[in-house]
Amino acid sequence: MNNREFIAKRIAKELKDGDVVNLGIGMPTMVANYIPKDIQIMLQAENGILGVGPKPALEEERPDCIDAGGNYVTAVKGACFFDSSFSFCIIRGGHVDITVLGALEVDEEGNVANWMIPGKKVPGMGGAMDLVVGAKKVILAMEHVSKNGSPKILKKCRLPLTAVNVAKTIVTDMAVIDVVPDKGLVLKEIAPGLSVEEVQRATEAHLMISPDLKFIEV
Amino acid sequence: MKNKLTTAREAVGKVKDGDSIMIGGFLTGGHPENLVSALVNTNTAGNLTIISNDTGTQELSVYQLVKSGRVKHIFASYIGSNPETGRLLMTGEAKVQLFPQGTLAEKIRAGGAGLGGILTPVGIGTVVEEGKKKIKINDREYLLELPLKANVAFIKAHKADETGNLIMNGSSRNFNIVMATAADYVVAEVEEYVKAGEIDPNHVNVPGIFVDAIVKVG
Repeated sequence: MNNREFIAKRIAKELKDGDVVNLGIGMPTMVANYIPKDIQIMLQAENGILGVGPKPALEEERPDCIDAGGNYVTAVKGACFFDSSFSFCIIRGGHVDITVLGALEVDEEGNVANWMIPGKKVPGMGGAMDLVVGAKKVILAMEHVSKNGSPKILKKCRLPLTAVNVAKTIVTDMAVIDVVPDKGLVLKEIAPGLSVEEVQRATEAHLMISPDLKFIEV
Repeated sequence: MKNKLTTAREAVGKVKDGDSIMIGGFLTGGHPENLVSALVNTNTAGNLTIISNDTGTQELSVYQLVKSGRVKHIFASYIGSNPETGRLLMTGEAKVQLFPQGTLAEKIRAGGAGLGGILTPVGIGTVVEEGKKKIKINDREYLLELPLKANVAFIKAHKADETGNLIMNGSSRNFNIVMATAADYVVAEVEEYVKAGEIDPNHVNVPGIFVDAIVKVG
């Protein structure tokens, strides 16, 4: 299992029966592969589907059934379609239980940066800002450090923010961390084989250690 | 009853220098490709403003439109799928304004619904709030986002009847419904065209009064 699969699989354990869930593009989408068999959730796609199903067979691909990443999908039994205005009524209005998104940076206050790198890459925020502000619970799926090894979990975000005080849980290849308002980051779980010191060394922000600290199980 | 059926060439012929154009669709889904293609190939109007969720993808004619130098202003939420829009933003050759997706949808809805603007918590604490009025209601801060209207809207639907009533399929509703309400001249590209009475009134997504012209393709 690679890091991305490990992260996606751990996040899938956060989902509860009946949840309305929006998965971002990339690693968050992989969470759908690991949804526990004994629960049913409704996946929301901001382009206008509640009840996104698996990828269709080639001959069943329909241009009128794509997800927010532009990929062909199916609609599950009980699914429904709606327009963008209604879709963001669901998102901004607090009717999404969990959103899972990638992040470039997150900090001790739960501030998130995931939509642009000034001067380099400006793909736009798409629905990310609405999702992190509107969803009841924001889970970040991210590699613990960047490709060059520098921390992405910071004291204070340096990149332009997506929103302030929104992240609830951060799941990485090294740890599961909760953001506690007005307190900071609490280390809840660490990857098997790692020590708390190793996780802290890879993290710029200060980590408080949960009294129930345990190893991540996937 | 006024005959709304026309050709793509005739419909796009209404676009004049300096016009603003809403283009429906989400990536390739529900995108009025034939209308945009006709605009690129049979109309030379410049100094255009484009309002589109994502300015499409490289396979679509909107990529050619953005590349043509005829567009001076773009409103979008995500442009990662059209590198040419990103280039215009970086070089400043066109003014590219990015909005959270739900905000963009709601600005258009406000334009069509006769509202003076909308108040959204999305964007507070980010660069999105720059230059915008902030209003506090019950201790929560909101951004005032102003309505968006356009001279022309190109939208995509599955089916139209003679009165202009539209039916959209699946995830192709996206921005097509709100855009139909917010432009002076609304053109719908459709796959099927039927007599009045052949669409069940229960199934109409856009009332015909919003639609000025219908172009049947395929």
